[in-house]
Amino acid sequence: MLTIEDLFVKVGGREILKGIDLQISDGENFILFGPNGSGKTSLLMTVMGFDGYEIVQGRIYYNDQDITHMPAYQRARLGIGMSFQRPPTIHGLKTRDMVRLCAGDNEVDVDEMAKEVNFTELLDRDINAGFSGGEIKRAELLQLMAQDPGLVLFDEPESGVDLENMNLIGKVIRGILDGPLEPRNGISMKELKSRHQTSGLIITHTGYILDYINADRGQVLYEGKLCCTARPRDILDHISKYGYKECVRCLN
Amino acid sequence: MSQLKENEKPRVDLGRYSFDQHEQPALKDLRQLSEEDRKQLLMAGVDASGAQRSGSFLHVNHSKVHCSSCRKGVEILDIKEALDKYDGLPEYYWQAVDKDKDEFTRAAAEKVHGGYFIKTEKGARIKDPVQSCLFIKGENVGQNVHNIIVIEEDSELHVITGCTTSADVTSALHLGISEIYIKKGGKLTFTMVHNWGSEVMVRPRTMAIVEEDGVFASNYILLRPVKSVQSFPTVFLNGARSVASFNSILVAPKGSYIDSGNKIVLNAPDTRGEIISRTIPTGGTIIAPGIIEGNTAPAKGHLECKGLVLSEGIIHAIPELKATVPGVELSHEAAVGKIAQEEIEYLMARGLDEEQATSTIVRGFMNVDIMGLPAELQSSIEEIIDETEKDMF
Repeated sequence: MLTIEDLFVKVGGREILKGIDLQISDGENFILFGPNGSGKTSLLMTVMGFDGYEIVQGRIYYNDQDITHMPAYQRARLGIGMSFQRPPTIHGLKTRDMVRLCAGDNEVDVDEMAKEVNFTELLDRDINAGFSGGEIKRAELLQLMAQDPGLVLFDEPESGVDLENMNLIGKVIRGILDGPLEPRNGISMKELKSRHQTSGLIITHTGYILDYINADRGQVLYEGKLCCTARPRDILDHISKYGYKECVRCLN
Repeated sequence: MSQLKENEKPRVDLGRYSFDQHEQPALKDLRQLSEEDRKQLLMAGVDASGAQRSGSFLHVNHSKVHCSSCRKGVEILDIKEALDKYDGLPEYYWQAVDKDKDEFTRAAAEKVHGGYFIKTEKGARIKDPVQSCLFIKGENVGQNVHNIIVIEEDSELHVITGCTTSADVTSALHLGISEIYIKKGGKLTFTMVHNWGSEVMVRPRTMAIVEEDGVFASNYILLRPVKSVQSFPTVFLNGARSVASFNSILVAPKGSYIDSGNKIVLNAPDTRGEIISRTIPTGGTIIAPGIIEGNTAPAKGHLECKGLVLSEGIIHAIPELKATVPGVELSHEAAVGKIAQEEIEYLMARGLDEEQATSTIVRGFMNVDIMGLPAELQSSIEEIIDETEKDMF
């Protein structure tokens, strides 16, 4: 699904990512840990294709297509979706219309999807205008549901979210990643799953999201370099006990 | 770069225009207008079919040609008839606007061609809007109109007033005096849509006086070319708890010079005022002044000037706040320039290319939802926005 080879990225002239190699398979959920300022968000922004993230070396492939220098909107159309931590308000653009834009040429039932994220009452508000932390997250998820991407980039899905919202958000994220959770008439769960091959690249500090999704693999990003491949739970346990100092030892 | 600099402000030469001999025959029904004229009216928010309207008024050049009211509770007359019927309207005629304010008010006082007089009955809540159109047909016609709106106690009305020229007219002068009186607990929504020709000069003079618990909500939409507009509608909130809002959307194409702002004077306790202007020059110049003045406490006012310069053009936003007693709360927010890159990138991450993203943001910027317009007017405004958008980038 996603292959990153020897990626070096500069932001504002400063080298932030220093030789990233990463592969995420179809349907795989990859968890990215790391201290503040280690380059996690920059990695996501680079994969999405934002201006200001200058690729000085290396390549990015999505489904075997070289997207290294492709503009963000083309990546989005190919199937890369991103949930923003602090999305901007766009005045005069209703959330309902934003969700429709995300669907591109596909027909979507915005009201039906909004019910799933408990967003019905906010659909006619301008996107992100005065939204609370939880509302921003739910609006982002609603947009991703409409976009139906093959690879989802989540930047700290649990930040600024209370426990009640976390439960809803966790389940919806699982739905986006794993597809429908209930068997439907005429199709077995196995078949449903095999059709749904959405992968995830997820940044987390707290690990709350691990309670809701099948996290297949994890790694720590430390000072622009990836290290410590392990099961996400084990990485989280280790970090909460010892912090990131082991990464320093491991990388040197 | 735009060639029109601020110091090249277009000047009106009153001698250039003809203020006589353009009398027009009366029309029983607005549908008798030519298709072309009806189209011009529609671009100014006026629906010739009169569907979902409580009344219609049409003034062409120097005469009233149509006036009808189809709802109880609202009276619509030509101003000259109203002056006869009500002994010269001593409470209202030239009571809010100063006759000697400038050469244009003096010209309008000297010879008035017409204008509307709209008055509600006490307690009448009129659901469908009254529409009025001040229409200029004929080159170099100078039109003086005097309008008066009286909203009686506890009554409610929406007036849509469109000003336009016929498609073949490029040069004309419109002088319009508007005096608006909102009595205790009355509510007026006043929506003005301008659709002029590229050489038309416009000098409206508008004043509104609002009594206790009254509400004045004004919308102004100017999207089409005009040579020059200079207007500064002012509202005095003289009664406690009265509220005023001005909401304008202005587009200035190449050759247009728009100097349009508002003033709210908070003269009574617990009054509130809000001025919001959104402007986009597409080669022309927009001067957007705004003043909120607080003379009593507690009173609140907020002023918002937003402008986008997308290709060429000039925006000069001049927000002013004046408090003359302690306890007044006034604020302003002004942002002029380009679209935030962050907003464009957000939309690009959703699959929109840069042009689509920009256009989506601009439409949001110009959206008229908050104006509370009737659906069909809203959609015709949106159509005009679609059309003007082509010249924006």
